[in-house]
Amino acid sequence: MQPLKRLLWPRLARGLVTPPITDPPPVVPDAVVQALVERLEEAGQARLGRSLAIRQVDAGSCNGCELEINALQSVVYDLERFGLRFVASPRHADVLLVTGPLTRNMREALERTLACTPEPRWVVAVGDCAVDGGLFRGSYAVEGGIAAALTVDLVIPGCPPTPTQLLEGLLALLAAQTRPRR
Amino acid sequence: MSLLSLIRHGQDQGCRPHPRHLLDHGQWSAMAEALAADPTVDLLALWAEPGVVHACLLAEGGCIIASCAAPDGRYRALSPVRPGAVRFERMVGDLWGLVADGALDARPWLDHGRWPLVGPLALKPAANALPPQQPQFLTVEGEGVHQIAVGPVHAGIIEPGHFRLHVQGETVIRLEERLGYLHKGSIGLMLGKPARVAARFAGRLSGDSTVAHAWAFAQAVEAALGIVPPPRALALRGVMAELERLHNHLNDWGSICNDAAFVWPHARAGVLREGVLRAADAAFGHRLMMDRVVPGGVTDDLRPGGAEAIAAALALVEAELPVLGAIYDSHASLQDRVVGTGILAPALAASFAAGGIVGRASGRGFDARRSPGYAPYAGEAVPGLAAPGMAAGDVDARARLRLAEAAESIRLLGLLLARLPPGTAPAELAVPLPQRGGEGLGLVEGFRGECLHWVALDDGGLVRGVFPRDPSWLQWPLLEAAVEGNIVADFPIINKSFNCSYSGVDL
Repeated sequence: MQPLKRLLWPRLARGLVTPPITDPPPVVPDAVVQALVERLEEAGQARLGRSLAIRQVDAGSCNGCELEINALQSVVYDLERFGLRFVASPRHADVLLVTGPLTRNMREALERTLACTPEPRWVVAVGDCAVDGGLFRGSYAVEGGIAAALTVDLVIPGCPPTPTQLLEGLLALLAAQTRPRR
Repeated sequence: MSLLSLIRHGQDQGCRPHPRHLLDHGQWSAMAEALAADPTVDLLALWAEPGVVHACLLAEGGCIIASCAAPDGRYRALSPVRPGAVRFERMVGDLWGLVADGALDARPWLDHGRWPLVGPLALKPAANALPPQQPQFLTVEGEGVHQIAVGPVHAGIIEPGHFRLHVQGETVIRLEERLGYLHKGSIGLMLGKPARVAARFAGRLSGDSTVAHAWAFAQAVEAALGIVPPPRALALRGVMAELERLHNHLNDWGSICNDAAFVWPHARAGVLREGVLRAADAAFGHRLMMDRVVPGGVTDDLRPGGAEAIAAALALVEAELPVLGAIYDSHASLQDRVVGTGILAPALAASFAAGGIVGRASGRGFDARRSPGYAPYAGEAVPGLAAPGMAAGDVDARARLRLAEAAESIRLLGLLLARLPPGTAPAELAVPLPQRGGEGLGLVEGFRGECLHWVALDDGGLVRGVFPRDPSWLQWPLLEAAVEGNIVADFPIINKSFNCSYSGVDL
């Protein structure tokens, strides 16, 4: 017989009476939201709802960005409480979250993923590499940033950006959808 | 003549601390035959420079590099005697344009036909005038065989790669991997740069192993220049490397459980891992500790409160590890998925010289921290490094080993932090790099296995030649073997139990 504290069900039961371990949400920078609102209006884009489905695509990252994006799904950040969730297919996605300097070997796969993503949609470039190629700019094997292949709506820089920075960016997308037009 | 004395007949090229010898065509061929006769010698890496091919071997506990000039662009293949050489030879063909005579597989590997150049690292790369070709996969014949093509874009948040599964009913007959999607041209970017600048690329070869790769590169540069970092810097590198091992093992162990649809361990491991990452941030100013290890030493000392933050995070993990292990053990639904799944035969692990968890779970006990060994592990500061091993070779063995190694990392971290040598001024944390030439090999045990970096510096201290080898090179091919005969639905959990790096091998 296992000691009680090594069993699963008492630990699950304790979770019912202890406060959640999830962090409070970060404050979203107003300037970022405003820029996104203007972008929406410029494009005359139809607005998405208050929930966003995200499809992540690695277009050449070192996997540092993926580690931090994965951390967003842990109970500490609990992405789903905001109505943000990762989906398995671009056909279900509202947001393409793209990392890496865009290698030439990934360009076609990324373009095909975009073609599968229905409009309206956001494209978010994550990490310094995705912005302009970062450290890998100028290599024969990279295009030099996500913008070389598709139109980027929001940039979340960092090497890699922390989960909190990622969360700020994604919450800014949500805020931009709900903010009234001026 | 024994293999080692045969190689030592070649001219010594002054590589430190492991020697490199230049062989002629005849000696290289004799080496290939000696390799066939002596299965105890491991091939760790094969790479090139323009017109020269290098092979790093592990024999009698030490590394030795054999080189062979290939002025006509050809060399004798090693893949017939060491199957681990197959992908290296394909990579050498793609990057340097050298042809391996008699190779088992001559198809391109990293080159998907999408670069503007052919042989981008060769002395005179040619322009690429052809449109990209369709990849050729190995075939399977038989009744009712069908193919499942997965990737490069996968359903989860993971790196891109293509898996071609040949399936009969539910059973996988053959898995073939096609990687290279993440090829960024890292080697080309490191060439001609000062060692300190090139170190940033080593730290981004595979982000989850940034400390181990940066350390192995730094070790190679330091060996080349004949310098020794201050003792405190070495101890701090050890602290960072063990934190990295710990957070990755927690992540992988949780993800293995998650792939069996047993979510609670994944959630708990995620919380503990986040604590470790935050402690790393508090102590070193970066959650993954990127760019903290540099040739010559480390950039910063522990920040105020850093040691306490690490101790607090470790206490939480240490208290919960036995609980996680007990819950893993006591759930038949989980055991049913992991025990006997994805078995990697010990003989196969040995013939590929697989390192890390993959090797140690299949009876190959190599750990670079013990042998060849390096400071701070080799010294008195960290006695009795335990290297738990298993021989079952299944998903269960790899998952258990991760927990066992996580516990060992916590013990090592306690020792390292308790015995940190003095000297916190910046000048005492890194020695300056003298501006001279040299050649060195670095070997550092990361969470996946040994990270091996070879570097040659020219007289101005710039990188003349470099090869960063991730341990995944020798583990990816074994995944193909471990999946064979399992059901398709078990492929993700087997893949996760290996957790090979895509970016690390795509260069």
